[in-house]
Amino acid sequence: MDHQTAHKLEPEGDAPRRPVRELTAGEAVYLVEAFKGLGVTFRHFIKNLFNRRELPTVSYPEEKRDYGERFRGRHVLNLREDGTTKCVACMMCATICPARCIEIVAEESPTPAIEKRPKSFVIDGLRCVMCGFCVDACPCDAIYMTGEYDFAEYAREDFLWDLTHLTRRPSLADAPRGYRPRIE
Amino acid sequence: MMDGIDYLLMAIKVVVVVMAFVSLVPVLVWLERRASALMQDRLGPNRTHVFGFKAFGIIQAVADVAKLLLKEDFVPAKADRLLYAIGPFMVLVPAVVVPIAIPFADSIRLGAREFSFQAANVDGGLLFVFAIASLGVYGLILSGWSSNNKFSMLGAMRSSAQMVSYEISMGLAVVGVLMLFGTYQGVSSFELNHLIRAQGETISIFGLFTLPKWGVFVQPLGFLLFLAASYAETNRLPFDMPEDESALVAGYHTEYGGMKFAVFFMSEYVAMVTASCLVVALFFGGWQVPWAPTDVLRANAPLVARILLAGAGVAAVGTGLLFWHLVTNEIYAYGISPAIRRMTDPIKKIGSIGIGLAGLAMLAAAAFAVPTSMSAQAGQIVAAIAQLGAFVMKLGFFLFLYIWVRWTLPRFRYDQVMRLGWKVMLPLALVNILVTGFVGLAF
Repeated sequence: MDHQTAHKLEPEGDAPRRPVRELTAGEAVYLVEAFKGLGVTFRHFIKNLFNRRELPTVSYPEEKRDYGERFRGRHVLNLREDGTTKCVACMMCATICPARCIEIVAEESPTPAIEKRPKSFVIDGLRCVMCGFCVDACPCDAIYMTGEYDFAEYAREDFLWDLTHLTRRPSLADAPRGYRPRIE
Repeated sequence: MMDGIDYLLMAIKVVVVVMAFVSLVPVLVWLERRASALMQDRLGPNRTHVFGFKAFGIIQAVADVAKLLLKEDFVPAKADRLLYAIGPFMVLVPAVVVPIAIPFADSIRLGAREFSFQAANVDGGLLFVFAIASLGVYGLILSGWSSNNKFSMLGAMRSSAQMVSYEISMGLAVVGVLMLFGTYQGVSSFELNHLIRAQGETISIFGLFTLPKWGVFVQPLGFLLFLAASYAETNRLPFDMPEDESALVAGYHTEYGGMKFAVFFMSEYVAMVTASCLVVALFFGGWQVPWAPTDVLRANAPLVARILLAGAGVAAVGTGLLFWHLVTNEIYAYGISPAIRRMTDPIKKIGSIGIGLAGLAMLAAAAFAVPTSMSAQAGQIVAAIAQLGAFVMKLGFFLFLYIWVRWTLPRFRYDQVMRLGWKVMLPLALVNILVTGFVGLAF
């Protein structure tokens, strides 16, 4: 197929193409524009050479940038005053989860006023898409997301976040509280 | 006649020149990374350090080399093992051979012996340089073909087509320079030293001011053509068709890793230095100090020595102050523990004070210690140092230009490269020769 026929195959009539501006004589020579470009890069070079502090680079991990307070990071399960988890194993979050990354096994709660509690609650961090639907779905204010975004592990198994991890991991002490529907 | 000492001297000079060119590679890599970062509003590598000494990031080059040395020496299945192994060296050898023909200063006479600042005084000079430089394409084709990979092969084909096309414009761009400088004081020669000596005169612009008679002022079009062609010959952006990674993965060295890849990398940078040397030699007067040819420098040796010392002194004081500023206001000391910083900061401070004091000593020497008259021998040496300095400064500018252009101009499309080479640069080079000839006949 040569170029001519290829051109004809394009749909005609709808959405006219934006006309391409013809190059001016100066632009067609290329050299002038090339020197202008060199000027631009050199201005940046000199400016940044003497103002390195003003560069937008964030020297992670020593410097961290601030994210919004509704940032959707690694999950946390909230606890009641008495230290038990607020989760009642209603499976709302596991049902709405588009990534199917939440696995809950329910058991009977010893407290008469509460019907169920999770025997195990595992979020697969490698499947989670951090959409925050679980937080929206939760009727008991049990699952929140923190502002933690820098979690790396050596093994895939370590990304299976279980109950202890979700409620009592050490980094929670100073992790910023991230996404929850109502910000108190 | 050459005797044993001459041969020994030549061997030493070859080693020194090749080592100097190769050791420029890490510096250029560092400059490339840092300059590109600053041009793009980034910081560039600033973490690697040895006992707290980052040397402005140069240590990163050491880390890179260590990484490449420790990598597996991989050979793809069904590759031609022999050609695959010698391919990188077929690229490296021409790149490091060319520098030996480049003169860095006018030759001086020590006693009865003539000492030239040129590793080998090849009679063919310019022809030798072009002959050897064009051998590099064989290495690219061999490595592209032997790695048994479509993209390598395509990269190699492109590179051969591109280098053959641009060699023509490059050769023709030089013809204008040869027409003007090839015959000087009744002698015709291809020697680079000869061409550079011919650029030592000055030309008067309407009697208002004088310009040094450099190639760039009498052959501006030839200069632009040669510069563009040298970018194409060294496969640097905007002409890096052979390794156009958006179209060809990584081009002819797709299958290369570890030290073999590093050899390609090194030869690219050495070729860059060589090409800059050629541009300087042919179009920027080589080792000529502007407005001061060799005999003027030698006649005024005490003054030249004074200026050189003062210049070096000012530079050293400036460097010392800069280092002091950097040590006392270290902005980015991440990755270095406070304990190590407590140990290394005093060393850095003492070092910067030392450099500053050395600069002051040089300034004092320039003011008081330079004798008012010098022997002819000392005069020659002083002139040679001045010329060496001039050459290095010009070379430095062109090396920076290479990096600067790379991070400014986008890559051409392959058909654009070919069109530029055959339909624009070749006719322009021919016109340049014609015009040079007519102007030469008219005057």
